[in-house]
Amino acid sequence: MSSTIALILIGVSVLFILGIKFLSSPKTARKGNLVAAAGMLIGLLILSKPDGANIWTQGWTFNYTLIVIGTIIGLIIGAIGAYSVKMTAMPQMVAMFNGLGGGAAALVASLEFIKGANPPEIAGVTLPQDPSAAITIPMLFATLIGSLSFAGSFIAYLKLEGKFEKPHTFPGQNFLNGLILLLILGLCGWLTFNATGHNAVVAFIFMFCLALFFGIAMVMPIGGADMPVVISLLNSFTGLAVAADGFAINNNAMIVAGTLVGSSGTLLTLLMCKAMNRPVTNVLFGAFGSSGGSAATATGIAGTVKPIQADEVALLLTYAQRVVIVPGYGMAVAQAQHSVRELSDELGKRGVEVQFAIHPVAGRMPGHMNVLLAEANVPYDQLIEMEAINPTMDRVDVCLVIGANDVVNPAAREEKSSPIYGMPIIEADHAKSVIVMKRSMAAGFAGIENHLFYKDNTRMLFGDAKASLNALVAAVKAS
Amino acid sequence: METENLQSYIQVLVLFIFVLSIFVGFEVISKVPSMLHTPLMSGTNAIHGIILFGGILVLADAQTHLAQVLGFIAVVFGSANVFGGFMVTDRMLQMFKKKK
Repeated sequence: MSSTIALILIGVSVLFILGIKFLSSPKTARKGNLVAAAGMLIGLLILSKPDGANIWTQGWTFNYTLIVIGTIIGLIIGAIGAYSVKMTAMPQMVAMFNGLGGGAAALVASLEFIKGANPPEIAGVTLPQDPSAAITIPMLFATLIGSLSFAGSFIAYLKLEGKFEKPHTFPGQNFLNGLILLLILGLCGWLTFNATGHNAVVAFIFMFCLALFFGIAMVMPIGGADMPVVISLLNSFTGLAVAADGFAINNNAMIVAGTLVGSSGTLLTLLMCKAMNRPVTNVLFGAFGSSGGSAATATGIAGTVKPIQADEVALLLTYAQRVVIVPGYGMAVAQAQHSVRELSDELGKRGVEVQFAIHPVAGRMPGHMNVLLAEANVPYDQLIEMEAINPTMDRVDVCLVIGANDVVNPAAREEKSSPIYGMPIIEADHAKSVIVMKRSMAAGFAGIENHLFYKDNTRMLFGDAKASLNALVAAVKAS
Repeated sequence: METENLQSYIQVLVLFIFVLSIFVGFEVISKVPSMLHTPLMSGTNAIHGIILFGGILVLADAQTHLAQVLGFIAVVFGSANVFGGFMVTDRMLQMFKKKK
């Protein structure tokens, strides 16, 4: 590799690092994404073969035609997906792109491995190949992790689409999965030292299939609500597989980019689990431990549910000084983001201070609610994170809970026997009055009674969130 | 330096890059607000689309029909990952606006 190209590659790596760095603040996030994309484009233009020759200056063969066609097809698929996906379906989209990346990483490693194991004859002469362990191990790793990520992401995608959402478990599942994993690792170990010949190819293909199966078996037992954590983890897996591919085909940009994604993805996974107050092992293997016990019966909730009408709520809101809105996934399902923003604008015109309190896991993936509200043109400085807003909740006149449930349940704070005990919540019950907008009295995703509904300062506004909000907006406008 | 020594020297250097990248990855996102977790996940997702490079390199050297077919699939997958990932992240982030 010529030193100019090596130097440019350092620049490309810096662009990736800066890109991720900028992504961590809302002011610079969009720029960060573009910086990383620019790095990718530069990397593509100076892409070189391991012997240092720029790939675009080689003699044009049929393979290059295939490269161009394949890239264009991928571009079209990606663009259609990216611009047609609804913001509520964002987790599925990320799962799909991640799965494709994982699949590509596995295929690249496989091709390299098979080429090494079964060298093609050129003009009747078989090229001598002796892949060293230092090259074989990354190839096996990329194949294993990449295909696992591919299959796992596919299952995660289906689960988010609502297919077999429930955890699927059977007795001995842990044991069986462990056995498969051992078999895979055993095959990898054997292949490390026997990486050539027909047997190696057969063992390799067997390993590939087992890894695909393991990806499915790993994700099937995990419930639909935990899929974002799984996707984040698989995202970092794909990153590591790409880095391993970089080792195998000697491309430093791939190593840096893949490793960055691998480690930042791992940290992101841990941050998400922390926001839910669950250890990562509980998310991944939790379904095995739970013996089907939703035994947390609501014992002795004091108080009664007190309904309220929209015009009364409107009166409360217009006379308030400070209003906090707690949105949940129910709001997104009802497509009520725009009505919420309209209500917030109307109140703002009347001098009411309106803020949105965002729980870290509101929506279907962490940060999802911010995207949904941004889509409805709610400025991001009006969105306040849970830790920032909780200490000020007792100075709030009206707290409007729209389609959120478990994230405002005081049982997480008060009742030790509750399954969500210890989960950080938005302390809506500290507000002077609380209005909960809800379709019916059904329990939330976790199936737990919400103590908030029975508090003295809580009123329930029943009905479809969008219809209720429109009624509220009309009533506020009329006042 | 002998070729063999040089080879292992390069491998160690590459390992060096790998280890440092791990720490950089941890460091750059350690202070990210949960507000941006979704775009961040989608943005890093796009960055591992760099596997497109790998796909292009193996397909350029493909010598059998099997290698051409598999390499072609890898290029399509990688290309969808990288282009789609950056586009969808940009679409999300352009909506994040401050109060006028």
